[in-house]
Amino acid sequence: MDWDLVISSLGPLWGGALLGTIPLSLASFAVGLVLALLLALARMSSIVPLSLAARFVISVVRGTPMLVQLFVVFFGLPSIGVVLPPWPSAIIALSINVGGYAAEVIRAAILSVPAGQWEAGYTVGMSRVTTLRRIILPQAARVSVPPLSNTFISLIKDTSLAATILVTELFREAQRIAAFSNEFLLIYIEAAAIYWIICLVLSTAQGRIEKRLDRYVAHA
Amino acid sequence: MSLTPDASGPLLTVTGLRKSFGDLEVLKGIDLTLPRGRVLVLIGPSGSGKTTVLRSLNALEVADAGVVELAGVAGAAPARIDFGAPVSKRERQVQRETLRDASGMVFQHYNLFPHKTVLQNVIEGPTVVQGRPRDEVVAEAEALLARVGLAEKRDAYPFELSGGQQQRVGIVRALALRPRLLLFDEPTSALDPEIVGDVLAIMKELADEGWTMVVVTHELGFAREVADEVLFLDGGVIVERGAPGELLRAPRQPRTRAFLDRLLRPLD
Repeated sequence: MDWDLVISSLGPLWGGALLGTIPLSLASFAVGLVLALLLALARMSSIVPLSLAARFVISVVRGTPMLVQLFVVFFGLPSIGVVLPPWPSAIIALSINVGGYAAEVIRAAILSVPAGQWEAGYTVGMSRVTTLRRIILPQAARVSVPPLSNTFISLIKDTSLAATILVTELFREAQRIAAFSNEFLLIYIEAAAIYWIICLVLSTAQGRIEKRLDRYVAHA
Repeated sequence: MSLTPDASGPLLTVTGLRKSFGDLEVLKGIDLTLPRGRVLVLIGPSGSGKTTVLRSLNALEVADAGVVELAGVAGAAPARIDFGAPVSKRERQVQRETLRDASGMVFQHYNLFPHKTVLQNVIEGPTVVQGRPRDEVVAEAEALLARVGLAEKRDAYPFELSGGQQQRVGIVRALALRPRLLLFDEPTSALDPEIVGDVLAIMKELADEGWTMVVVTHELGFAREVADEVLFLDGGVIVERGAPGELLRAPRQPRTRAFLDRLLRPLD
């Protein structure tokens, strides 16, 4: 095995992870969660056109490949005059994708909070919005941490698709190094290992967050 | 410390309350008035509409027609909602919030906020909604918790409390809002029999202090001892009303008699 290559490639690969994969994931997830909450609320709205529009968006996002969504934004939009650089294109496509998936998670989590909690909020004088914000969402958050963590882990792996639209991240670095060194197996396994490590760290963090949010729940 | 509103004149007036769920008419025109400082107890079989009446009083239930009116007190405007009148969504929301601001509700299943501590449950409404100074609200909340014997539980989460303790927090949460009207929806029905008395004792104390209360309950002993007036509901109408001594001891209507017999002698 070519240990020199393993060592010398670590720098660029981790560079791609730290400067590409991770910030791209964080930014897309943050924007995606906001979109997801808005989509979930729209989907539950009693205003029919709003609810139908949200349903449509969610259905399209979930029913089309991530790669196609990226290509539509990066290669497709320029033909109607919208030219976006790689990074914004990637964040837009990825966050819409997260929004579509997480919207259903958040909706289910909100619906899982008993109706009595809404009523208790109303009886202490709160409006619907205040009740949602202070009473319902904190309880929904606890329920949605495990499925949202899955969404986040999928997202981290999906960011590798951004290599196809020229975003410099972990996988694009791996392709570059592999191409000039001809050590495809070694470099791609190394890249895989880095993705795996990131996801392992995330799973640990998930466990901690769950524990923290579980502090007010009885343990059998 | 006294949070008691002054006792004179009628506080609550309900006229022509009607409500259907689909084809089922659950309220067929309910009228009632409640003077300040009095206790009204609603009894009746399940499905009689008593809980729907209570929940209409703070618009948790949206009736089809009828008016609920709460008189104002010093420093607080009157609250009124006419369920049948066509008003804008915005206006209806304002009416609801004014009504809810004037009343406090105690639920059968407590409905405490599970992600908040006992103290946070109690101060949520006064600080977040009413915008009162936190220090003042906390001091008042602590005094109220001490009164119901839960001073040392202020930082506990609801899941760490027994049912009786949770319900006492529920009562304190309602009191902390400084409402004009206290509503109780079968407050002891979910409790173990041996702790029902603790909660009823607190409610009796509140009645003695002059709080205006509407209570839906099956506890006839409480009704007999604490109520100023008892309403017997069945099939969405008030079948009979009167002082507890008369209505519970010598009901005039056969339906009332049958209901009380079943409650007192379930095995006959």
